[in-house]
Amino acid sequence: MPERSRPGRGQDARAGLRAGRVATYLVLAVGALLMVAPFLWQFLTSVKSLRESTVAPPVIWPSAWHWENYQRIFDVLPVETMAVNSLLALILRVTGQLLIASLAAFCFARLRFPLQRALLTLFLATLMVPPQLFIIPQYEVIRDLNWLNTIQALALPGIFSSFGMFILYQFMRSLPVELDEAARIDGANPWQIYRRIILPLCIPALAAVTIMTSLFSWNDLLWPLVINTDPSRMTLPVGLATLQGAQGTDYPVLMAGSLLAILPMVLIFVLLQKQFIQGIAMSGSK
Amino acid sequence: MTVAHTPGGPAARSRRPSGDGRWAAILLAVPVLGLVVFYLWPLIRTAILSVSTGNPFLGYQITGFDNWVQVLTGDELPRALLNTLVYAAVVLLGVPLAMIAAVLLHQRGLRFRGLFRVLYFLPVVTMPAAVAMVWRYIYNGDFGLLNEVLATMGLPTTAWVADPRTALYAVAVVGIWMGLGTNLIILAAGLEAIPDSVTEAAMLDGAGPVRRFASITAPLLSPSVFLVSVLSVIGSLQMFDLLFVMLGRTNPALADSKTIVYLFYEEAFVRSDRPLGAVIALVTLVVTLIVTAIQFRLQRRWVHYA
Repeated sequence: MPERSRPGRGQDARAGLRAGRVATYLVLAVGALLMVAPFLWQFLTSVKSLRESTVAPPVIWPSAWHWENYQRIFDVLPVETMAVNSLLALILRVTGQLLIASLAAFCFARLRFPLQRALLTLFLATLMVPPQLFIIPQYEVIRDLNWLNTIQALALPGIFSSFGMFILYQFMRSLPVELDEAARIDGANPWQIYRRIILPLCIPALAAVTIMTSLFSWNDLLWPLVINTDPSRMTLPVGLATLQGAQGTDYPVLMAGSLLAILPMVLIFVLLQKQFIQGIAMSGSK
Repeated sequence: MTVAHTPGGPAARSRRPSGDGRWAAILLAVPVLGLVVFYLWPLIRTAILSVSTGNPFLGYQITGFDNWVQVLTGDELPRALLNTLVYAAVVLLGVPLAMIAAVLLHQRGLRFRGLFRVLYFLPVVTMPAAVAMVWRYIYNGDFGLLNEVLATMGLPTTAWVADPRTALYAVAVVGIWMGLGTNLIILAAGLEAIPDSVTEAAMLDGAGPVRRFASITAPLLSPSVFLVSVLSVIGSLQMFDLLFVMLGRTNPALADSKTIVYLFYEEAFVRSDRPLGAVIALVTLVVTLIVTAIQFRLQRRWVHYA
């Protein structure tokens, strides 16, 4: 009896499995469409004429392709300057953060020194505090240094964020103690251990910190908005936000500008998917 | 026998020497300086500002808790708090959505998994200020894409981000959309960690997919779900960019839709009332601690640590 029923059940199961598979693809495809629809709409709008972008009901496909909208955004907004500001701030913040974070992480993960626990707690505690608590005094510090409306103002607080230190600290702690001990027997000092042994082993974690810090820096709005009010020192997100305030109805130009602003990160993400996903997983999981 | 050998000696194997003090001082000097100047001092300064009066040009004097009384008894803060909590609660609905996507994507032999992951993850890497502009356009009451779609389905339409009844929810939908990829990645990592042998054993025992999900996947995934929920709420409590760009300063719905960080920005940098801003920032800290503590208490009821 069980011999005969088995093939039947197998067939049922297989048919059920196939139906389930089709449903799976259907749900995932609809979900994916919802996720990318805003980007498609953004692109289609960016090449429409102003009139076509504000007709009701909306026209899906542009009747003519107005690529000049991508020219016009440069006329209404100093896109090059803002992109350069965003990029310089990103480079400064990422390199600074990598250096500061890896040094601090190395000390806490691989050295023994007085007050170690207390200091580590201080570093990590700043991660639990909502960032707004720091902003007013950070603004005052930058103002007192006479650095309002500078590139370093955009990058400075972020350079010293404990975020990278936290990721790197966890990674460095997982490396075997024997590495340092062997190096110490060979007469290496802590700086040499950091530079020659630990740092090269941390490439995956350093990559994660680089990617996450780049994202924070490129996309951040609140800090650049308050610290740099001079248009020649603004970053892209701030420029876009102010443009929307000034020309809130020229949708094709707004869409062209916002598309240009998100494009660099999207391209880098498509190229470095694995590292991005690892970065999220590393910063998410404890 | 030489001193130079002690660090590697047998005594040091279990406990490394505390002789690193000088090196730690050198290597940590700059990181600690930055921490003090940009993070620790600001905490103290914010606390001092919150009990001071004055202005940015003439400086501030400590005068007492008037600012606190003013903020706590005013009607803006309670409203902003409520808005923020409502926003956080709506965005939390993104967690079950991410769970569904993660479980579907986890199936063995699924094709296009990489492509799906890229598409679901795309909003995470995009600039909130930029996509907020796109959504604002989609939500437009007169010629927005959403109203067109709803109208063809025979559903009611409105000016989503200009209507005080819907603005906050409209922004929250974008919050879900933006956060889905992050949640998905963390949940996918949680699913990967569930050993195949457990699910296979259940399958051999005749458990169907629903049963397997309810009795095995869900409990084993619950620590990841908890993590994602906590991160989602903490992120929601700090929402600013989406609201700032999607609503804009002249929006009639803004007064009823401000979140706590928006209120902070407005008080501290638009009205330049730093002491009131400092009070609001400290309230954010208290709210974050309370909400997170509540989540940690509730987790005992539904999170299973294997």
